[in-house]
Amino acid sequence: MSRPNPDKNLLVSADNVSVELNGNEILLGASLSVAKGEVVTIVGPNGAGKTTLVRAILGLVIPTGGHIYRRPGLNIGYMPQKLHIDPTMPMTVNRFLALGVPAKLAGQGRRKNALDEVGIEHISNSQMHNISGGETQRVMLARALLRDPDFLVLDEPVQGVDITGQADLYRLIRNIRKNRGVGVLMVSHDLHVVMAETDRVICLNRHVCCEGHPETVSKHPEFVQMFGDQVANSIALYPHNHDHHHDVHGDIKGGENG
Amino acid sequence: MDDFIVRALLAGVGVALAAAPLGAFIVWRKMAYFGGAISHTALLGVALGFLLGINPIIGVVLVSVVAGLMLLGYRGRYLGNDTLLGVIAHGALALGLIVASTVDGVRVDLMAFLFGDILSVSAGDVYFIWAGCVLVIVALGFLYKPLLAVTVHSELAAVEGTNVRLVETAFVLLLAVVVALSIKVVGVLLIASMLIIPAASARAFSSTPERMIILAAVMGVVSVGLGMGASLEFDWPAGPAIVAGATALYIISAFKKAA
Repeated sequence: MSRPNPDKNLLVSADNVSVELNGNEILLGASLSVAKGEVVTIVGPNGAGKTTLVRAILGLVIPTGGHIYRRPGLNIGYMPQKLHIDPTMPMTVNRFLALGVPAKLAGQGRRKNALDEVGIEHISNSQMHNISGGETQRVMLARALLRDPDFLVLDEPVQGVDITGQADLYRLIRNIRKNRGVGVLMVSHDLHVVMAETDRVICLNRHVCCEGHPETVSKHPEFVQMFGDQVANSIALYPHNHDHHHDVHGDIKGGENG
Repeated sequence: MDDFIVRALLAGVGVALAAAPLGAFIVWRKMAYFGGAISHTALLGVALGFLLGINPIIGVVLVSVVAGLMLLGYRGRYLGNDTLLGVIAHGALALGLIVASTVDGVRVDLMAFLFGDILSVSAGDVYFIWAGCVLVIVALGFLYKPLLAVTVHSELAAVEGTNVRLVETAFVLLLAVVVALSIKVVGVLLIASMLIIPAASARAFSSTPERMIILAAVMGVVSVGLGMGASLEFDWPAGPAIVAGATALYIISAFKKAA
């Protein structure tokens, strides 16, 4: 990624961050940065500290070492790993969107547009605890977008979403980046789809093993060791196919759905 | 209507109105045991109030606030929260009963503090309850939006700029005030029921949080009416009759399919 003016465009960075929780070292000197308009994805095995690194960047965990930088006044749209709205609380989708968003940004028209943008306008009056996992993820995304964020943080955004839905969701995230120019930080352990939609991959296993363009990372020895030959190879091929896949498949899929 | 009945109704309605919104949050936040534990400490507050020669209601507020803040900060190493709250609730009640037995004013009125004595509220009590009720509702008006966001997802709220700890602390303070207000009406042992039962009954008829709060207030007021009526008609103890009324409404609501 070329960055014309790294300081001005830098949204967040973690510099040599370590986190210890209950005597366990979760992160050992991990570093990353996200600039405006950039999609960065953290991948890594279970227990690698992916979510912890994100939480440290968000200020939800205080690092035991290292330094976190957030651009002053940074407006963050956050999509946590799992949102469970308990049925004890009655809550429509429409009402949920206005929570945690300043009143002037949460007008009825803006809420409708946000639901439109993520393609779920029809569930506006449904109860949050009655909608599907994929719909919940989209509602969360809509709520994050309502804040007009500079920076989107998505922790496992496609968790609990079926394969078709996953591709749709990633495509949606890419469009949001394109249309709004926001920086995006994602966490994923699902490698295939996510890497195709990413500018930079950070392979984390308590420290940063390797980072760079998806294609480069997938050939890195540590990455191959971590995820195995087959996975690495299939990913290396994937970006090559990508433009083609999207053009043709996008159309066909549209036809099937409509 | 006799004056004492009017005063009792006013007191009961005030408590029902203040308890409704907090009760809804207690139900949403799954803090029923937390509310129970705080109310069980109230007797200790009454007794300490008598011992120190201050208004027992002030004693209740002080002890409830301290207990609430301790409960908020305390996490056990091995045990679940429900167990810890059970330990604290009953430990505090036992201690309260012991201290109360040494204080003349409380020993005489022990049943009234345990189960309420709504028919004996004074005009001063009514003013006090309504002042507290207004205080709680106004404070909750300021607290409402951030508290709702924290209740739905505290980390999301934190990232969105809410001071979670401050909001939760303020909520516990309000809860302590409501406990102190309710003690004359339903008594230490039944305070938690005025918080939880009307909100629980309101759930089935609500599609938004705001609606649930308003319906909880309606259910609470109706329960007070039912309980007072039964108390006068059949000479039942008023506090338990109010709670029985609330429970009857809950049973009816249980047959309604939830939204």
